[in-house]
Amino acid sequence: MTFTATRFAPRLLTGGKALLGALALVAGLAAAGPAAAQGQPVRGGTLSMILNPEPAVLVSGVNSSSPVAAVSPKMFEGLVTYDPKFKMLPQLAVSWNQSADGKTITFKLRPGVKWHDGKPFTSADVQFSFMEILKKYHSRGTATFQHLVAVETPDDLTAVFKLDEPSPYIMRALAGVEAPIMPKHIYEGSDPLKNPANLKPIGTGPFKFKEWERGNYIMLERNPDYWDKGKPYLDNLVFRIIPDGSARAVALESGAVQYGTQYVVPLNDVERLSKLPNLAVTTAGYEYNTSVNYLEFNLRRPYLADRRVRQAIAYTINTDFLVKNVWFGFATKATSPITDKQADFHTSNIPQYPYDLKKAEQLLDEAGMKKGPDGIRFKVTIDWSPSGEMFRQTAELLRQGLQRVGIQAEIRNSDNPTYLRRVWTDNDFDINIFSASNIADPVIGIQRFYWSKSIQKGVSYSNGSGYNNPEMDKILESAQIENNPAKRKKLYEDMQRLVMTDLPNMGLVYIQWFTIYDKKIKNLNTTGLGPYESFADVYMEK
Amino acid sequence: MATESVRPAPARRSGRERLVRYLVRRLGQAALTLVAIVILNFVILHLAPGDAIDVLAGEAGGGTPEYVEQLRHAYGLDQPIYVQMVRYLVNAAQLNFGFSFRNNMSVVDLIMSRLPATLLLMTASILLSFTLGVLLGVFAARRVNSFADNAISVLALLCYATPLFWFGLMAIVLFTVKLNLLPGNGMYTIAANYDWFEATLDVGRHLVLPACSLALFHMAVYTRLMRSSMLEIYGLDYIRTARAKGLSQRRIAFRHVLPNAILPMVTMLGLQIGALLGGAVLVETVFGWPGLGRLAFDAILQRDHNLLIGILLFGSALVIVANLVTDLVYAWLDPRIEVA
Repeated sequence: MTFTATRFAPRLLTGGKALLGALALVAGLAAAGPAAAQGQPVRGGTLSMILNPEPAVLVSGVNSSSPVAAVSPKMFEGLVTYDPKFKMLPQLAVSWNQSADGKTITFKLRPGVKWHDGKPFTSADVQFSFMEILKKYHSRGTATFQHLVAVETPDDLTAVFKLDEPSPYIMRALAGVEAPIMPKHIYEGSDPLKNPANLKPIGTGPFKFKEWERGNYIMLERNPDYWDKGKPYLDNLVFRIIPDGSARAVALESGAVQYGTQYVVPLNDVERLSKLPNLAVTTAGYEYNTSVNYLEFNLRRPYLADRRVRQAIAYTINTDFLVKNVWFGFATKATSPITDKQADFHTSNIPQYPYDLKKAEQLLDEAGMKKGPDGIRFKVTIDWSPSGEMFRQTAELLRQGLQRVGIQAEIRNSDNPTYLRRVWTDNDFDINIFSASNIADPVIGIQRFYWSKSIQKGVSYSNGSGYNNPEMDKILESAQIENNPAKRKKLYEDMQRLVMTDLPNMGLVYIQWFTIYDKKIKNLNTTGLGPYESFADVYMEK
Repeated sequence: MATESVRPAPARRSGRERLVRYLVRRLGQAALTLVAIVILNFVILHLAPGDAIDVLAGEAGGGTPEYVEQLRHAYGLDQPIYVQMVRYLVNAAQLNFGFSFRNNMSVVDLIMSRLPATLLLMTASILLSFTLGVLLGVFAARRVNSFADNAISVLALLCYATPLFWFGLMAIVLFTVKLNLLPGNGMYTIAANYDWFEATLDVGRHLVLPACSLALFHMAVYTRLMRSSMLEIYGLDYIRTARAKGLSQRRIAFRHVLPNAILPMVTMLGLQIGALLGGAVLVETVFGWPGLGRLAFDAILQRDHNLLIGILLFGSALVIVANLVTDLVYAWLDPRIEVA
């Protein structure tokens, strides 16, 4: 599962599909027997990893931002975890059973599990976590668990989910990072958002909280009473908060830290680092939480309300150029709004918009957007998410493409709060470039961009384009409660076709997140959660 | 500097009484200044679009309107700005500086946890820049227009013009990556189980690069200032007298010129303390130094207004105190100047 950027970048460009196929195959093999394939695990050692920015709290049940998601699953577990193909694997639940109508799910819980403070873990904790925390305080949980009306606890080791509508996506939202099981005895009767345990967590996971020096590091230590005897292998996990990109590269290069994920270093630094003898780069482990780079149109604007104009703009974007020069190969061309890593939903057999300026001009003429005497048809603004330089570069490329067909574009730069408010509260934008996670299931991950009920002022990453199509709503609402996987896939194929026809937004590239790590670190990415897994299996060669 | 007044010496109140009256007046002004700073900051910060909840919910990848509403209400951000401001002032008057939503901690605890790191970095860098600046300035002034003087001038110019972060990064590349001599990130080795001596040494090693980076700019300023101040005094009559008496050049430089030339440096020192808080942001970011500067910077990007105003208030208080101390030191150093 390890290759250098130089070796695989060209292959990604020419045959991304083949590579992904190979990746899935390798990942499958790894899941079958990682320990056997990689030798005998060694006990001991401290793994230092890069974390940026500093998280607000350490519990993903009350804060679902990505730095929290990196730390929390080491201390908190979910009912299950997932392999790279989304197959459910036991964690705090040892088995589960869904009724035929999809409205009852029974979980048998793991016996002998203890919280870090020594109290026993029971079905009451499961009941409390879902009904009192996730359903009320989790940014996505309120929507994901909307049809969960009760969790019954017939005995200490059985939890029965009662739903008023089938909610197939729940079965993909049960990982420790998305739906952590939290201790009832710590949180009961308190305001969960302000509970002091958010800073000094008590979980069931393989690592226990040790200390947090603000602005410096977070340290976790081995949980000696972990239910999976003999694990974890590492003595300590240290999350170093290093705010500067170049400093992070140096920290990896000098061996001060051994693990970094996502945007850990500037993309143009990755190739250099991957050539160092001690480091390796992989794109495995991002199956569960994969991101897509989108371009979104504000349909409230008169010019952009015309579908032909949006399609014309889509034809001006040279995605191959983006993949190669902006993403340095750490992305593949998007063919639909749903990532190809979600193979049971994704389809690319839908309208596509290859780079074609003639077609763009023709569509603009048809739409009545004639060129003025100065060669300009109309003006637009482009906003980009300040979470990455890639989005600014994408905006620049888009501007050049638009200029060639007579659309004058102005790029607006802003800091994150300004940007979020401008796009999703004030709706004061024309074209918006950003990335969003597809999070395991379309209902959780991307329905929010197309459902008319997600046109919610003040909610970031909701339906910002203002897209309101009753046909789309019907498809989405049917898919929410469709328990038959084949029928559900068919519904999402219709949905993707409609998105690519109407183009309220469009996927530009599927981001290939990468992890840079020291070659001494073994057994990474044994599940589809990658950096968001518990690290109970990870060990460090001497 | 507000208080220099050169007077003849008529019959006056006792020195102690005057000092007390002076201090009371200055502290009264300081309190008013601080209130004005809070109000001004409140207004300016609220002019920036977006609030802490936009950031929190944005980082969480969205949410529902109820979720956002609930957060905003929980933190009192659904109130009009004047209500928030009055609440803040009333609380601050009782020394309650509020709660950082973003960090889930009280603002005072946060500032206090970061203060030692910043103070250490500032003290080291002030000592370094002041000492080196005086030495180089004196050296240059004694050999004015010589090669050494010119070389020092060029060096000072380079240090003055070099961006802090660039110097920091280059120092990391050289001393950390290439030579592997000094650590380039953090304040100490994590979980090293050192005894107190090793731990001190460890912090010292981590301190070298950031303190030097931060000191360079001010060293340049001090060098230029010291040199010109020395030259100015060299031109005064009493130095000519000293020369005429046949005193040695060394004695003239160190006994007659230096003590008088150092006065403007004290003024500059007072100003530097304020400027260092600003410069510390860059150095703390590049070197991952867990200080106040970065805390303030993050607070801006996260619209963590309680925390930011707390830090600004604290920084303002620090500058006011530094100015007051500078004035008192000035009066003590130069008998012609007195507090009034």
